[in-house]
Amino acid sequence: MIRKEYMIALQTITYKEVRRFLRIWVQTLLPSIITTTLYFLIFGTLIGSRIGQMKGYPYMDFIVPGLILMAVISNAYSNVVSSFYGSKFQHNIEEMLVAPMPSWVILLGYLSGGVMRGLIVGVLVTLVSLFFTDLKIAHPVMMVVVFLLTGVLFSAAGFINAVYARSFDDISIVPTFVLTPLIYLGGVFYSIDLLPVFWQKVSLLNPVFYMIDVFRYSILGQSDLPLVGGFSVILVFIVCLLTLSLRLLNKGIGLKN
Amino acid sequence: MNALEIKQLGKRYGNDFVALKGIDLQVKQGDFFALLGANGAGKSTTIGIIASLVNKTSGTVTVFGHDLDQEPEAVKRCIGLVPQEFNFNQFENVFDIVVSQAGYYGIPRKKALERAEICLKQLELWDKRNEASRELSGGMKRRLMIARALVHEPKLLILDEPTAGVDIEIRRSMWTFFKKINAAGTTIILTTHYLEEAESLCRHIAIINKGEVIENTDMKGLLDRADEEMFVLSLEKPVEVVPIIDGCTFSVVDDTTWQVSVQRQVGIHALIVGLDRLGVKVSGLRNQSNRLEQLFIKLMAGKKES
Repeated sequence: MIRKEYMIALQTITYKEVRRFLRIWVQTLLPSIITTTLYFLIFGTLIGSRIGQMKGYPYMDFIVPGLILMAVISNAYSNVVSSFYGSKFQHNIEEMLVAPMPSWVILLGYLSGGVMRGLIVGVLVTLVSLFFTDLKIAHPVMMVVVFLLTGVLFSAAGFINAVYARSFDDISIVPTFVLTPLIYLGGVFYSIDLLPVFWQKVSLLNPVFYMIDVFRYSILGQSDLPLVGGFSVILVFIVCLLTLSLRLLNKGIGLKN
Repeated sequence: MNALEIKQLGKRYGNDFVALKGIDLQVKQGDFFALLGANGAGKSTTIGIIASLVNKTSGTVTVFGHDLDQEPEAVKRCIGLVPQEFNFNQFENVFDIVVSQAGYYGIPRKKALERAEICLKQLELWDKRNEASRELSGGMKRRLMIARALVHEPKLLILDEPTAGVDIEIRRSMWTFFKKINAAGTTIILTTHYLEEAESLCRHIAIINKGEVIENTDMKGLLDRADEEMFVLSLEKPVEVVPIIDGCTFSVVDDTTWQVSVQRQVGIHALIVGLDRLGVKVSGLRNQSNRLEQLFIKLMAGKKES
């Protein structure tokens, strides 16, 4: 049975994390809305009208799911990486390390913050997309599930990045050189059917591709791959990243000298 | 029951630096205990291990009967830590920092709010509760860390240089506060570079040097070992010839000020009688430095020679 004290500690960390990104909403919530609006405007409305249809959908409709998920991914990741590294940098992570709570509570608290920010930004970007297209969500429950799973996965990835980071440069290298290419090459703007066979196979190594694919299914009702495969890949990544995160925290890597 | 019991505690860092070479230490419940040593001696490593901020390499740590390896959460619940460096979120306000800390200890929010208020009022920070912590003065930041450490009512309070950089007035008021909470039953371990602080507050003392405990005794017993005391004499008028008195060594500071080292077996009475016999009129006399400081320097020097 999970002790009541752990739940209070978890609530405290989650509350602190949410309070943090709401306090600096201009830095945390607003940029994704502006960027995505520009994407909708330029790629969807201006260029998209000349592209025509993609997999039987207007180009705007096709890119909406990918753009929403892109916002979720980058916000979940950056929330945890910057908050946890900030706590390491200012040493206030010690407030939690000296307290009687297990590592999983600390991890879950930070992940909750990342998922919450991803979810809020995801909802806001979805609302913005309604100004540009008549969005009909085919599977709303699945949409929320993918929101959450994606948030957890990239929050955990951000956490691992923060554990190993030794400078503020280290927390920007991964998003710039790894995350952004994975997202852009993960089928946000195109269907992998357009790629040569070789690059289609390479795309299957990209976990972001599976997320965008199942998320697109939840909104449009159509995917490139079978859903079971997509969800399996997401879940395997989540299990691996959570296990690694917990292991790092238990051992105190980058935290306990 | 001992508040703290350390056996053969060892710490080797990744770069092969041995910070602790198997130290033994006991702190009795209710004690006010000084842990002294030069910079890099191993004090902060010891405290870090007790507070679960540093992984030990060997040995055992027991806090109020709870083994750190077997019952880490029970140990953490007993301890309140005031670290050497400011380690709170500079962007959070004072009240949130203390309330959050209570939450980490599993204290329900309503009670956390009450306790935070009590602690901030005790440390005279209640008026500053809505200010960002970075806006506080150095002394206020130190007091904030004390309030945060006390919010879960720990049985063992560890103070790692709690008055560093604090002006004398605030330092004295903090001493009074520490004495009060110690009298109320909280065991306190103090590290400090102000030896006057340790001398006036602590009942037991351990001195660490290069990862080894070189002294572990009661304060009175240690101070009794001091074989000389330093005084500063203010003279009514300049005296040209420095007197010779058995057991006393004079050095001239200026025309009307002498510094004198008086051996313990001779005593201050012999100094006063001797000066009177020689016709030297003294208008003032004060203790130049505390005895612990002299002993500490001697012990460290002795260790260096050996």
